Amino acid sequence: MPSLQNILAQGRAVEAHRPWPRVTVSADLWTAAANELAEGRATLLGLWGEAGTGSSVHMALIGEDNRDTSVLSLVCPEMEFPSVGKRHAPAIRLERALHSLFGLRPIGIPDPRPWLDLGFWDMQFPLGARSAPAPRPYTFLPVEGENLHQIPVGPVHAGIIEPGHFRFTAAGETVARLEERLGYVHKGIESLMAGATLERGARLAARTSGDSTVAYGIAFARAVEAALKIELPPRAHYLRALMAELERLANHLGDIGAICNDASFVLLHAHCGILRELVLRAAQSCFGHRLMMDRVIPGGVTTDLGSPGVTTLRDLIRRVRDRFPLLVELYDNTASLQDRTAATGILDGALARRFGAPGFVGRASGRDFDARKTPGYPPYPGLDFTVPVLTAGDVNARVWIRIREVEQSLALVEQMLERLPQGPIAAAFDAADRNGEGLALVEGFRGDVLVSLRLEAGHVARCHLRDPSWFQWPLLEVAIEGNIVADFPLCNKSFNCSYSGHDS
Amino acid sequence: MRRTLFESLTHGPLTETAPRPQNSGIAELAAAVERLARRRLGRGLALRHVDAGSCNGCELEIHALSNAFYDLERFGLRFVASPRHADVLLVTGPVTKNMREALERTYRATPDPKWVVAVGDCARDGGVFSGSYAVVGGVSRVVPVDLHIAGCPPSPNQLLEGLLALLEVSVS
Repeated sequence: MPSLQNILAQGRAVEAHRPWPRVTVSADLWTAAANELAEGRATLLGLWGEAGTGSSVHMALIGEDNRDTSVLSLVCPEMEFPSVGKRHAPAIRLERALHSLFGLRPIGIPDPRPWLDLGFWDMQFPLGARSAPAPRPYTFLPVEGENLHQIPVGPVHAGIIEPGHFRFTAAGETVARLEERLGYVHKGIESLMAGATLERGARLAARTSGDSTVAYGIAFARAVEAALKIELPPRAHYLRALMAELERLANHLGDIGAICNDASFVLLHAHCGILRELVLRAAQSCFGHRLMMDRVIPGGVTTDLGSPGVTTLRDLIRRVRDRFPLLVELYDNTASLQDRTAATGILDGALARRFGAPGFVGRASGRDFDARKTPGYPPYPGLDFTVPVLTAGDVNARVWIRIREVEQSLALVEQMLERLPQGPIAAAFDAADRNGEGLALVEGFRGDVLVSLRLEAGHVARCHLRDPSWFQWPLLEVAIEGNIVADFPLCNKSFNCSYSGHDS
Repeated sequence: MRRTLFESLTHGPLTETAPRPQNSGIAELAAAVERLARRRLGRGLALRHVDAGSCNGCELEIHALSNAFYDLERFGLRFVASPRHADVLLVTGPVTKNMREALERTYRATPDPKWVVAVGDCARDGGVFSGSYAVVGGVSRVVPVDLHIAGCPPSPNQLLEGLLALLEVSVS
């Protein structure tokens, strides 16, 4: 069986794709690549489709030893392709979605049920050859045993939270199986992207997952900049990273409290909520929007940071550093809370590696991967920070990874404020009539966001946005097995997967 | 833990003064809710949130209403887990076709008198997602809406202004 390097060498390289190679391959080479994934010699970063005259499927992978990123493309004249999910489970939902959206058939897929299509659209295959709707009842996976009962939860959930369906099968209090059914917030973003101006594309990308608007903004912008070979002034890279770290801080601080809240420890939720609010107010003051939405654009950023802003951010660091250690101590020393979070919702390290579990989900289960380091992007290579990794894989470990990342983000903001380069905050460029293809991988707070982009005549011809949650949601089903139903909110919040980012 | 609790007592509250509702908001509500029995509700409202396809930005700011700065409950406004306990449905998102039925069922499960508040630019008319095959295009296309709160997302203060206006009209 050929290695990934051999496979890439045997395919036909697409000249315009940047910064990593995209290679068109045969069905045999596609299958060989699927085999590399199944054998653990490469990790799947994304798997998506394309319609029109060149109906194709694409997969992005990263090699396990050399950590090189590449894209393989297979043209599908017969509207079918060899299923990667046949041997490599992480690809299954991606292929189910691919089929539901494009009509491209994954041959040999173990699970042929639709995904994202809940039977409510007025059509099938909205991104492919649209045909009349054919809704059929959705069968959940069977569970056999004695004294089992089913608990259906959602789509509307009890709190202020996104919608999704969770079908529990329980034996008494213990979860025998959890099966998710998602897609309720699918907005058809990729169809709206087709033909969009760069400006509209950026606004759509920024609203794929509101809590990661900066990360998505940076990923979309970097894909455009790769496609058009745009060099950014250094100050733009720094301002983007400052916003990205503020976003990471706001989310982690909020989540640490929210996880404790799901174990009924409201005190930490209240205090973490205060720190989160301080970050959002600093973001508003420095960049004009609490969530910093629409502040990152292709070419740079829209808002500069003046010296009052630098002072605001330094004050914020000081205030958070002042309060946060006490909250961490409180978390660690409250036995009743530790009793809930330790040894709950364990995600096995081998599974985390196989799925390429992004973010704190992967890092709490031993997977040492952070897109700011690998493949890396400016300004991070020049900055000093470590990526925390733990192995326990329980709710407690996912809390501790966030705690350590808060500390790292505070240090990063401090470094960036010290070294903030002078100069323009954006590069001027003219996209009119220009073509190109770009790929970007950016570390959002919950993990790596992948954006693949093709530009034609300065407009978006095709844009695929892959949320980190695609490789986290399935793992939640495994992590909850054997735990009590009452621990589900705790496990779910410790994963904090995105519904909107996933459904897109 | 005791130290943290004690500190909170000596520190003083972070809760800020409430924003004043804008007149235009009150006028819109007064016209919409005229037919409903307002007096019986007293000075509190139970809120049930429904995410009908939002990007989650609006939810983050709705969550912020419960933090120490905004402290929603001091106004008698509180979130409830079931639509059957609710006076108000707070709806976010453009209404995806996949959430249409869930929104309709939640609305029907909410007993009268009730009000619907559409939160965010998407909830008004689909916003940036308008025109997609997957999107209905505005909460008012699915259920009657009594108040729109604009913003992308609306800030907690903007949310409070709208909700306080709703409270005043519901009582008057």
